[in-house]
Amino acid sequence: MVRQWFKSGSPWIWMTGGAVSISLISVIGLLAMIAWKGLSFFWPTEVVEFELEGSVAKQTVIGEIYDREMVPKARLEAAGYDFSDYQDEYIERLLVKTGNREYVELDFRWILTTDIQSRTVPEDMAVFERSKNGNFYGYVVRVIEDGKVVTQQPVERLEFLVERAVELNEEALDLQNGDIGHINYELERLRLKERGYQLDNELTDKVKAELEAQRAQLREEYKVFEKRLFELRADAKRDYVVVRDMRGEEVTLPLYQVLDVWFPNNMGFFSKVGHYFSQTGKFISDDPREANTEGGVFPAIFGTVFMVMLMAVIVTPFGVIAAIYLHEYAAKNAVTKMIRIAVINLAGVPSIVYGVFGLGFFVYMLGGSIDQLFYPEAAPSPVFGTPGVIWSALTLAILTLPVVIVSTEEGLSRIPSSVRHGSLALGATKAETLWRIIVPMASPAIMTGLILAVARAAGEVAPLMLVGVVKMAPTLPLDGNFPYIHLDRKFMHLGFHIYDVGFQSPNVEAARPLVYATAFLLVTVIIALNITAIGIRNHLREKFRALEH
Amino acid sequence: MITVAPQVNNADANNKLDLANLSPEQTALEIKDLDLYYGDKQALSKINMLIPKGEVTAFIGPSGCGKSTLLRCINRMNDLVDSCRIEGEINLQGQNIYDKSVDVAALRRNVGMVFQRPNPFPKSIYENVVYGLRLQGIKDKRKLDEVVERSLRGAALWDEVKDRLHDSAFGLSGGQQQRLVIARSIAIEPEVLLLDEPTSALDPISTLVIEELINDLKDKYTVVIVTHNMQQAARVSDQTAFMYMGELIEYSDTNTLFTTPTKKKTEDYITGRYG
Repeated sequence: MVRQWFKSGSPWIWMTGGAVSISLISVIGLLAMIAWKGLSFFWPTEVVEFELEGSVAKQTVIGEIYDREMVPKARLEAAGYDFSDYQDEYIERLLVKTGNREYVELDFRWILTTDIQSRTVPEDMAVFERSKNGNFYGYVVRVIEDGKVVTQQPVERLEFLVERAVELNEEALDLQNGDIGHINYELERLRLKERGYQLDNELTDKVKAELEAQRAQLREEYKVFEKRLFELRADAKRDYVVVRDMRGEEVTLPLYQVLDVWFPNNMGFFSKVGHYFSQTGKFISDDPREANTEGGVFPAIFGTVFMVMLMAVIVTPFGVIAAIYLHEYAAKNAVTKMIRIAVINLAGVPSIVYGVFGLGFFVYMLGGSIDQLFYPEAAPSPVFGTPGVIWSALTLAILTLPVVIVSTEEGLSRIPSSVRHGSLALGATKAETLWRIIVPMASPAIMTGLILAVARAAGEVAPLMLVGVVKMAPTLPLDGNFPYIHLDRKFMHLGFHIYDVGFQSPNVEAARPLVYATAFLLVTVIIALNITAIGIRNHLREKFRALEH
Repeated sequence: MITVAPQVNNADANNKLDLANLSPEQTALEIKDLDLYYGDKQALSKINMLIPKGEVTAFIGPSGCGKSTLLRCINRMNDLVDSCRIEGEINLQGQNIYDKSVDVAALRRNVGMVFQRPNPFPKSIYENVVYGLRLQGIKDKRKLDEVVERSLRGAALWDEVKDRLHDSAFGLSGGQQQRLVIARSIAIEPEVLLLDEPTSALDPISTLVIEELINDLKDKYTVVIVTHNMQQAARVSDQTAFMYMGELIEYSDTNTLFTTPTKKKTEDYITGRYG
């Protein structure tokens, strides 16, 4: 019976099918976990007011419930608390995010459920998202507009005033990063120009005067913008809100620090959904704040995508050309075989080794030489002789080169020789046949290589820490200042962001959901890049469908 | 419905050529003492033949007799085989194509080739036809259009594809693809057209269409065809060469070869005793 069952082959089907299911379940489970943990962070949770007494002094605590766990009574008793009245072996405790970081010692605290005397969800509880010191929870007492207390519908007026302050702040920021940033950039370029003339001994009085004139003009412009900036800032600082916090004290919050205000306990489902999407949108499109523990991750998304695309642009021609040489021109002998094996083995070198190589070769040697040759005026500060996005892209290009070479070679060997012969028989040379027929037909395979390369490169962090990634980059590698693409700049990366926020931040509890959200975003970015590449590949496959008759 | 009577094509017996003594004007190709080796193995030995201009010459013989190899010698496709070594001469217009000074690409422009399986390029029908012209750097749109129409008409395909010239060539049927490949070859106006079993991968109807086409092609081109189908050789060719084990056994006009073969091996083959 059993023998027959084995003979029938179904154990194999069960075994292989089981393996596939386990893989699928783990992948989907992983994705679901990061998606849930990351995305649920943006949902407006209710803010609870607890009255505590017992193991702690009588007090009020206001906050969001973040986590809960069961603690053995024995452990608490060992810590010096008295729980002789309770029968249960375990006591539940809640992790509450209390916010108000500047007034309480910790913005997260554990409270024992046994201490809770009463628990209410007050409808008029407000949450303030602030640009400094995190969230603030409390009751709105007064709204002060332009020095006067608002008497009619203060809550609606508050929402309007917050929006106004946010808009003014944004305008000020745009001015600062846009026009003022541009002037600073130009001033720096003038300084470098002057230094360049000086090094070339061409700094005559005439040149000096010219540069000085340009500088004066820029300063003039700067003054105008600066005045406007100060006006905007002063205007944003006009209004205040007075809030009663959980200590029962009234605190004045200047509205220019408030980014958003909402009343989670008084929200319907649809306004919660709206709030959820606006928070998610902000996470994707905003700059990080407060040592990356608050705000968005836009520079990291941008940096990741930009670097990966740059890498793809570099690795594709190199890999394809190398593969063509190996497959089409190199003699089929032991040396070629050795080279091929070496290329394949390159894929197995730990990525940090590439990072060290990139730092030594690209950054210090290549970048250093470029600086000496082309940017002597910038010395001693390096331009290319320091980690930057171009070196990161190059390092990852070397890292992923084997993948592209191997799959391109496979693609080349799959092309039927009849097509080659057809082209040669029409009087094409080998090179013409290659570029007109063979390489286009191998393009789906090249795309496969590129997909694998992108997937690998987008997830790689270790080497980047040596050759260009930073915790906080003040500018993107792409902006409105000539020459628009700044390959020498350092950049932010989602993978490094996860590491930094999760393990290098001072406030681990606050950062944890951000780690999940960022991880989910990184996975999404990689999937998006891959789906784009797969779409292109399928299109090419359709176009160059193999000859089947 | 196209019907081709399975009869010997060259019925005009009075017009027989003396294949052993063709005048240079009548000769398209002269194969002289040709030996070919794959490594140590000799695949062709001492082939001597004159292929007349403007006629259809067929190579027949059992599998592995070297007929395709001989055909591939004529446009030097055998150069692609690393272990292949050739001795002897093939003269095209009085020039030995194995001479060191010969430009292989130029030779292949002069000697077109159609393979066993249709091998269109992954491009549009139009681009397939003009491929050879584009290689020569011809960009003039009017000239290209003109060549496309002339070649497709020449390959009896124009009426079927004139409305979808810019569709992929892969959308055509096998027979259409093979005619497209012929059109592609004649677009660059070669002198000699080599057909390597051009109908072996096609259905009977497509085969008939191609056979008719071959008949028309010989007005402009010298056609050399390899076939393992004796009826086909009888239908389309003016001369037939029978090859066996790398040797040319018998070469004469098709009528004579099929009706009164002089060699025992030829007779055995055409009466179906082996092959």
